[in-house]
Amino acid sequence: MTGVNRAIAGLGLGVAMTTGAVAVPAFAQDETIKVGVLHSLSGTMAISETTLKDTMLFLIDEQNKKGGLLGKQLEAVVVDPASDWPLFAEKARELIEVNGVAAVFGCWTSSSRKSVLPVFEELNSILFYPVQYEGEESQRNVFYTGAAPNQQAIPAVDYLMENAGVERWVLAGTDYVYPQTTNKILEQYLLDHGVAAEDIMINYTPFGHSDWQTIVSDIKAFGSTGKMTAVISTINGDANVPFYKELANQGIKAEDIPVIAFSVGEEELAGFDTTPLVGHLAAWNYFQSVDTPENEAFIAAWQAFMGNPDKVTNDPMEATVIGFNLWVQAVEKAGTTDTDAVLDAIIGLQTPNLTGGMATMLPNHHITKPVLIGEIQADGQFEVVSESDLVPGDAWSDFLPESKLIEADWTAPIACGNYNTETKMCGGSEVAAAQ
Amino acid sequence: MTFIRYFIITLMLLGAALPAHAQLADTELAALVDALAPGSFKDREAAIGNLVASGDQRAVPVLETLLEGELYFDEASGKVVFTSAPSGKGAIADPITGADLPDLAEGGLEKVKVNNNLRRVLRTAIGQMTLLSPIRDMRLSAAQSILRDADPAQLDLLDTALAAEADPAIGRVMDQARAVIMLKSPDASVEDKAAAVPVVQAIGGRDALNTLTAALATAPAEIQPAINQAIEGLARDRAAWDVAQNVWFGISLGSVLLLAAIGLAITFGVMGVINMAHGEMVMLGAYTTFVVQEIIRQNYPGLFDWSLAIALPLAFLVTGLVGVAIERGIIRFLYGRPLETLLATWGLSLIIQQAVQRIFTANIREVGNPSWMSGSFELGGLAITWNRFYIVIFAALVFAALLLVLKYTAIGLHMRAVTQNRRMASAMGIRTPLVDAMTFGLGSGIAGLAGVALSQIGNVSPNLGQGYIIDSFMVVVFGGVGNLWGTFVGALTLGIANKFIEPYAGAVLGKIIILVLIILFIQRRPRGLFALKGRSVEA
Amino acid sequence: MITQALFRALDRKAIWLVAILLLVAIAVPASNLLLPDGNPLRLPNYAVPLFGKYLTYAMLALALDLVWGYCGILSLGHGAFFAIGGYAMGMYLMRQIGTRGVYANPTLPDFMVFLNWKELPWYWLGMDNFWFAMVMVVLVPGLLAFVFGFLAFRSRVTGVYLSIITQAMTYALLLAFFRNDMGFGGNNGLTDFKDILGQSISAPATRAALFAASAIALALAVLACSLIVNSKLGKVMVAVRDAESRTRFLGYRVEYVKLFAFVVSAIIAGIAGALYVPQVGIINPSEFEPANSIEVVIWTAVGGRGTIIGPIIGGILVNVGKSYFTGAFPEYWLFALGALFVVTTLFLPKGIVGLIGQYRAATTRREQHAPTPRTVDAEPQPRPAE
Repeated sequence: MTGVNRAIAGLGLGVAMTTGAVAVPAFAQDETIKVGVLHSLSGTMAISETTLKDTMLFLIDEQNKKGGLLGKQLEAVVVDPASDWPLFAEKARELIEVNGVAAVFGCWTSSSRKSVLPVFEELNSILFYPVQYEGEESQRNVFYTGAAPNQQAIPAVDYLMENAGVERWVLAGTDYVYPQTTNKILEQYLLDHGVAAEDIMINYTPFGHSDWQTIVSDIKAFGSTGKMTAVISTINGDANVPFYKELANQGIKAEDIPVIAFSVGEEELAGFDTTPLVGHLAAWNYFQSVDTPENEAFIAAWQAFMGNPDKVTNDPMEATVIGFNLWVQAVEKAGTTDTDAVLDAIIGLQTPNLTGGMATMLPNHHITKPVLIGEIQADGQFEVVSESDLVPGDAWSDFLPESKLIEADWTAPIACGNYNTETKMCGGSEVAAAQ
Repeated sequence: MTFIRYFIITLMLLGAALPAHAQLADTELAALVDALAPGSFKDREAAIGNLVASGDQRAVPVLETLLEGELYFDEASGKVVFTSAPSGKGAIADPITGADLPDLAEGGLEKVKVNNNLRRVLRTAIGQMTLLSPIRDMRLSAAQSILRDADPAQLDLLDTALAAEADPAIGRVMDQARAVIMLKSPDASVEDKAAAVPVVQAIGGRDALNTLTAALATAPAEIQPAINQAIEGLARDRAAWDVAQNVWFGISLGSVLLLAAIGLAITFGVMGVINMAHGEMVMLGAYTTFVVQEIIRQNYPGLFDWSLAIALPLAFLVTGLVGVAIERGIIRFLYGRPLETLLATWGLSLIIQQAVQRIFTANIREVGNPSWMSGSFELGGLAITWNRFYIVIFAALVFAALLLVLKYTAIGLHMRAVTQNRRMASAMGIRTPLVDAMTFGLGSGIAGLAGVALSQIGNVSPNLGQGYIIDSFMVVVFGGVGNLWGTFVGALTLGIANKFIEPYAGAVLGKIIILVLIILFIQRRPRGLFALKGRSVEA
Repeated sequence: MITQALFRALDRKAIWLVAILLLVAIAVPASNLLLPDGNPLRLPNYAVPLFGKYLTYAMLALALDLVWGYCGILSLGHGAFFAIGGYAMGMYLMRQIGTRGVYANPTLPDFMVFLNWKELPWYWLGMDNFWFAMVMVVLVPGLLAFVFGFLAFRSRVTGVYLSIITQAMTYALLLAFFRNDMGFGGNNGLTDFKDILGQSISAPATRAALFAASAIALALAVLACSLIVNSKLGKVMVAVRDAESRTRFLGYRVEYVKLFAFVVSAIIAGIAGALYVPQVGIINPSEFEPANSIEVVIWTAVGGRGTIIGPIIGGILVNVGKSYFTGAFPEYWLFALGALFVVTTLFLPKGIVGLIGQYRAATTRREQHAPTPRTVDAEPQPRPAE
């Protein structure tokens, strides 16, 4: 490694900088197991992702206190992909090839995940992806510890239909792939459940949309027909604050038109006064307010680690915790951090989640999760109003015509991410693997 | 859900039949109140029904406290209690007698949980219990709640109340509620329905329109023409108001654009500095507001409604000083090389963003609306939110103040002189470096003021400024560089155009259309809306 | 003022530069492919596409320099041409996936399948043919630049007005490409490529070939740019930059000169984008971000505008710095980057190349004062730091 670096250093000033610096920690390669942390620390996604970086540092710290892994200490390698999707791929490659990390925890947006997928496939490493997403994917080297649509969106709609008698639906989202796909799934689901097409309103806004006057007033008009109306919001991160502020000011009360969000968690709520928004909902697989001993201990340790007693926790953090614990277990079971061994070992492993259940790694690389529906409280926390049994994550939605027939199963004999149950064939990856 | 609701309503009708001010023995009522605490939401719904059925007015404060989510119970004894301060803090008192309960400790209290269904039930329940209340305001809000729900099952209760009502304002609301119920109810007579149509029409607005549209399907044939006519009239009104509403939205968006752009109109328009760090000045203004509010929250909670008034001068000062520092430290070396100011200030904006992120973390920070900026009011058929309303006024004030400063003060005169002909101004004895620093400071300070205002509608995070910078440049260039009125007209035009395109094209496509229109417009008028005339143009 | 003598110097530099680039085009792949693993001179696999990426960025900066440094048009939307070229290449690569997509649909890319598209939109037709796609790489950015430039230059939109409407253009395209309805994969863009010209895109040999192609393309771009700027037309371009009205009064059709520079520049940017995509493996709308285009301006300024070599040095250096700092100082790298821009503008108004020029001017002056003037040898030849 160092020889190579020295050689490259001769080629030019800048190149020496790239590789030379990463060579320094490389000396410690044998004593520690390296874990890559690939979360944006600057740019638009820093708002959400910085916390996950801290979560990883916390988990690694805790694990090291427990004596590390396989008798070695864990070492976090943190890089900043700067909310720049191609840079995610470059940094992933750097983590795997240059730093030799055993696994990578990272990504938030679907674009960043899509950007790194080919890298993980090519270099045969492991990515743990901790955020809810649109599904329609199962890759050999990726573990999806966030919710698939059937673990968040559909139970949320069920809840509103059964408990709030909602008959009219607004699907409001940011114009990108996750809301588009989720809304496609939900629209089909609603139509299947006898909702008339004119009772569904779909609305998309650009990223970072800040002027919600028209849309909120449209929602108000749409909801004033006397039929119970609800808004399903897949509005992305930082557009939520102005959206909720406008909701509050235009006086849309949760009793009249509840808004259920899939991307609004404790972190986002910390950005505004929630008093006028009490009763609006969110669907997640974890809330900070969940009253279990595991969660209490986790929150206490986390706040102590951050040195901030007001630091909140949220769902992607829990997903990170689950992913990390499963990986630790798998490495212990396999006795090595070797990718193929870990991929084999991890299927079927269980770890307690923070809400009192067990998270099981399924053969489709998704996990089992309970679905929680929470109502926003005046203190910026959620009150759980509904909790389901454990739901296994479904990579391929049953409500999209093309993916209905597809299943993912990474165990023998199928061992592929897109097995067509009708043709009994795998899609692309089989051909790719054959090459 | 509907079954339970029906059940409650039946109970309530029974309650209404009771003497208006039925009163139970304290212990009986206490048992009913304590029943609110245990069990599921469904059990709580039934408990509320029982309380309503009792008709005891002393239950109303209990229900109201529960609606606010501030009702607590002692975990050990199961007794429901009031606390003197929010969030279960303060002295603990009996909800019925009001007597202190010194035996109970704060730590043993647990919140009685409510959810949306329960809140709806509570609202209805309170409305029905207070419809006969001796207190005017309570009756009024009760009547409004009945109007909102318009449940035919409440007709008898309403009639009783209507007969007893002496206040004409409340009577009118009750009449309206009755009319809506008449139109909804399948059992109402044709005459009742016919009489209800003009009353509902008089309510006006979208709700009346929807009520009538819904009634049309089930209405008897003879009154259908009347309903149709009413619908037409309402729809016409609505369409006119919708246009007005769109104009208002446009003005409001325009005022936000104006606030964000006006500082840039000075630094960029007047001085020719392409200040890419302008957005960061806005962001610093917003963070100043955050810091002021944090200090107030912790030390002087009573001053919270004044927080913005305190933050305004501070934000102006902070960002103004940062602006002067930037001018003295960087910009002054770059005069005559305007495009290079772009590079330096871009680098600066990265540094400021990262610094703010280091200090305040990347998380969104909470900047609250003071009470006078929360909620909305109706103006005819317009719904106007207070925060937008004040921002429009604020933007107008800032703009007017800036014009006055430039026109009537010595520093303003010097600024204009330096802009129009730097060398000549210098020859006349104006200290151009000082004027430059002051001008840049003024532009930055105004950006800081914008930050205070924008913190009220958007989120406060290190990226705040990035969201406004491109729009600001568009506004200034569209209006014509170097002309404040151009910026004013440009901001309002873009705001209103945006709001008229948005309903047809959607928010995303609407924005694209606006951008394309700007590009095409610049082809027609290569110097913007209000082009500066004269020799200084040909640079 | 740029003088005749400097032109000649530039010309010599350009030839040097082309030679170095061609050498690099051979040396890097050779080092990666031929040397055995463990040889100290062997370039690791990850480095090849990374260096290739820097070269495409350098090419983009060179394209911008042609219009900004030589013709005085500050385009804040050059990232758009780069991205469009990238999308054209991306569309070709998507079509090569064929039935290996997750839904195994032979014609439709995956993102169209799960959004229930039934057939390929018309603008995707023909993109499965490499040469057709390559024509599009050149044609679409060129055409966009032609239409945009024709309108803007004809109505004499100049200075900041032009800069801002180029920014509006890239911003509008950003929003448009975000839309899933556009049929370009929305926010996720185009990714998960498999083959290019029948070769696996992740194979070291393909990577090396792509790197070589990038180096050669950059060399050709250097050649083309230096030919243009040293021609008579190039001198008119500089005249337009320095005194547009005067040039017009002298009888030159300024708008056509600008249009020519703008279109050529857009085509170079498009080709750079097309080479960029297979090496980074993804193209998505974030390439249209106005901030990206501003960064290109900064690379050019850091390197030194108005020179051929400057933007290449700037593009490579800033991006190498970015790669390094985001890994080494993830929490602080923006401070370093920001400071770099401030310091460059304040102290290196002519960029790094200007600094070298100053140094040389200083030595020359000293030597002129010396009693016996010697010929200037040991000329500090700026080497591209690839």
